Amino acid sequence: MRPALTAHGDSGDFVAASPQIALLRFITCGSVDDGKSTLIGRILFEAGAVFEDQLEALDRDSRKFGTVDGGRDFALLVDGLSAEREQGITIDVAYRYFATPRRSFIVADTPGHEQYTRNMATGASTADCAVILIDARMGVLPQTRRHSFIVSLVGVKRIVVAINKMDLVDCDQRVFETIAKDYRQAVAGLGFETIDVIPVSARDGDNIRQASARMPWYQGPTLLTWLETVDMSEAAAEGEQGVFPVQYVNRPDHLFRGFAGTVATGRVAVGDGVVSLPSMRQSRVARIVTADGDWPQAEAGQAVTLTLGDEIDTSRGDVLVVQPRTGIVQVRRQGTARVLVTGDQPLRVGGAYEIKLATATAQTVISAIHHVVDIETYRPGMADDLPMNAIGQISLRLDRPVPMTAYRDSAVLGGFILIDRISRQTVAFGFMDADVADLPVGKSDELTRPLVNLRDRLLGPSGSVLRRQRLEAVSWRLTGALVLAVVMAGLDLPLPVIGTVVLADLLVRPVLKVLHHHVWQTARQPAPALSDLDQGDGI
Amino acid sequence: MAALGHLQRLEAEAIFILREVVATCDKPVLLYSIGKDSAVLLHLAQKAFYPAKLPFPLLHVDTGWKFREMIAFRDETVARLGLDLIVHINPDGVAAGISPLASGSQVHTDVMKTQGLKQALDQHGFDAAFGGARRDEEKSRAKERIFSLRTVDHRWDPKGQRPEPWALFNTRKLKGESFRVFPLSNWTEADVWSYIAQEKIPVVPLYFAAPRPVVQRAGTLIMRDDERLVLQPDEVVETRMVRFRTLGCYPLTGAVESTATTLEEIIAEMSGSRVSERQGRVIDHDGAASMEAKKQEGYF
Ligand SMILES: Nc1nc2c(ncn2[C@@H]2O[C@H](COP(=O)(O)OP(=O)(O)OP(=O)(O)O)[C@@H](O)[C@H]2O)c(=O)[nH]1
Ligand SMILES: [Mg+2]
Repeated sequence: MRPALTAHGDSGDFVAASPQIALLRFITCGSVDDGKSTLIGRILFEAGAVFEDQLEALDRDSRKFGTVDGGRDFALLVDGLSAEREQGITIDVAYRYFATPRRSFIVADTPGHEQYTRNMATGASTADCAVILIDARMGVLPQTRRHSFIVSLVGVKRIVVAINKMDLVDCDQRVFETIAKDYRQAVAGLGFETIDVIPVSARDGDNIRQASARMPWYQGPTLLTWLETVDMSEAAAEGEQGVFPVQYVNRPDHLFRGFAGTVATGRVAVGDGVVSLPSMRQSRVARIVTADGDWPQAEAGQAVTLTLGDEIDTSRGDVLVVQPRTGIVQVRRQGTARVLVTGDQPLRVGGAYEIKLATATAQTVISAIHHVVDIETYRPGMADDLPMNAIGQISLRLDRPVPMTAYRDSAVLGGFILIDRISRQTVAFGFMDADVADLPVGKSDELTRPLVNLRDRLLGPSGSVLRRQRLEAVSWRLTGALVLAVVMAGLDLPLPVIGTVVLADLLVRPVLKVLHHHVWQTARQPAPALSDLDQGDGI
Repeated sequence: MAALGHLQRLEAEAIFILREVVATCDKPVLLYSIGKDSAVLLHLAQKAFYPAKLPFPLLHVDTGWKFREMIAFRDETVARLGLDLIVHINPDGVAAGISPLASGSQVHTDVMKTQGLKQALDQHGFDAAFGGARRDEEKSRAKERIFSLRTVDHRWDPKGQRPEPWALFNTRKLKGESFRVFPLSNWTEADVWSYIAQEKIPVVPLYFAAPRPVVQRAGTLIMRDDERLVLQPDEVVETRMVRFRTLGCYPLTGAVESTATTLEEIIAEMSGSRVSERQGRVIDHDGAASMEAKKQEGYF
């Protein structure tokens, strides 16, 4: 899909056709020192969200820590940790709130330093749209690309690029045009639906709320207008699958057994037939209980308590799916996913973690690392491990079947975290892929990929326990054959005999073993139950 | 399908967080400070677990210096809703005669609030404590996660917070560690009042303007709630029409002059206000990064 690149100033987007969300969540991101915090401070100020006592404190702080000679350093409104103020950088994401007559906003100001990428990604994960900052003097930097990639990874479709510090390049239209073009080229493959570009000065307030007098050549919306009017109609497809992950079983006494949770997608109504995954048991929604009385139905995002018509065994981590099934939610024991590594230790093949996906937790092992994304070119490359801040694609094996979707179908049922079993830290954010089959293959390894695949199939993925075991078995076999040959030579047997016996030992035994193993595999196969669902048998 | 309204979204988010804690933590507790945020938090908790009773107790860390009307409201609320309330007051602080007047606000807050809270959490072995703090209250709170991990000593590490994507909270912790959990993180003061009006949640009458006995002290109007507030030679008690935007220990809480006697008037007054909610809090001004420092020591 080619992203539609609307011209800055194209007002086509700003006509609201469908009901707009009342609360817009957005982030600011980009490279170090591009002016993200300054911009948010400025927006808060312009939107009247800074009170007099806070302004006084800001002026005091500006004199003490400020980076703006003799003026207000708006970043200090946002950089609230003492370490941030002392160093003049952002370390962790700040959440701020403001409202205009048209919308309420939650903004997450994220850090530009690569070291704090996981904090940036934390802010990005809940964003509806993103403001990407670029310093007009610096142009598109590696960190601009990394953040743009993360923004696309979490599923943000609408972005606005604020080319900042225009005051430092004499408000030159050519500088603006060049960077805008560079940026569009750089992110052409990321699937953004709209990319608008606005020249601003966060420090001086140009094109933040008021159109800039210094840049009459720019005719498009100011940044605040863009945020107030960006089309965020919740295009909730009619007939979207009703999905309800069970969060907590509410059982005050033997008379009441309710399943508390938040509707993930679609809608759930009284009388709906539901299937509980992974058990596949069926029932019917008897009541939708809330403290405000029973409801006839509940929609995506609403937190309710369901009771069912039958006493079926359902608990936290299970998912109730409204009939008829559309195949979106699958019960799987493995998956391929993109991950962003947030832990200090690299992810490796064979690494064992706890996975948390919606309300379910399971034990998981990384069975393969397919690639790491090069942050400059967005090309996938080979990798043995994924260090902190890397983005790559992996395969996971779970110790039990878990209901899930592809991330692009639902962030609730397709997003997950990996938790280290010893330190209990969150070591990766994950984004489930739809299918293993559509792995993107990088140009560089198109030729070697089939060979690599063959090697991985024969020997197991690189670095895995499986590969070690296979190599050990081969080496044991060869040693055995060698010993046999030496013994036979010692017995003075003729060479052709030795050769035949050794060859037979090397070839015939493994073949027999494989055949024997095969017989057992088929015999031991369980009745068509959960394991069959693993391969895309949608519910 | 209509998009959820702003308050509906916030309400659902808070309920999700409350349930997530109860589903995954061993021994949660709700820190009940009697103010408007606590009132909203308590209301949401009751909604989250309806029709069951609250699956955790309330904890009030008392300092002995709360407004009398707060304590009366607390006891009335507990009785009306049939709640399980634990009141803890730091016995060492009481023995040492700590008071906001004699010891100063910093020592008082540290001993009676921070140390008192830690004592109570440790004594009962609570591993998750809900609080009604909001990110819009203060600049270091704006940085804090919804699930805020605390060390064995209840310390907060602002530079090493766990990443927290989507609503996928990592509720795992090591033995002795605990969480402070903030279901109202994304609410603003205006949201809280709109929700109180919408849901008809009872709040302490001190939030509404009434004639009250106050003295001017260091530029702040302090209500003389009892005779322990000894008057300085130049001070006089006047009766003025005042109300409070936040509630705490009475000698440390500034009143604002107001005529707002209904929720609608409070909301109207607030949207026209040019000063922040916490301006009346003496303890917030004890140092540039004072809230952050207090939180690192284990304060909420
Ligand atoms: N001249 C000029 N300076 C600016 C502008 N915007 C920001 N700055 C300055 O650029 C410096 C960095 O600003 P910040 O807002 O802290 O940058 P940031 O992007 O938040 O940085 P990190 O969060 O640490 O990545 C500060 O000294 C700002 O005063 C602008 O529009 N014009
Ligand atoms: Mg910053």
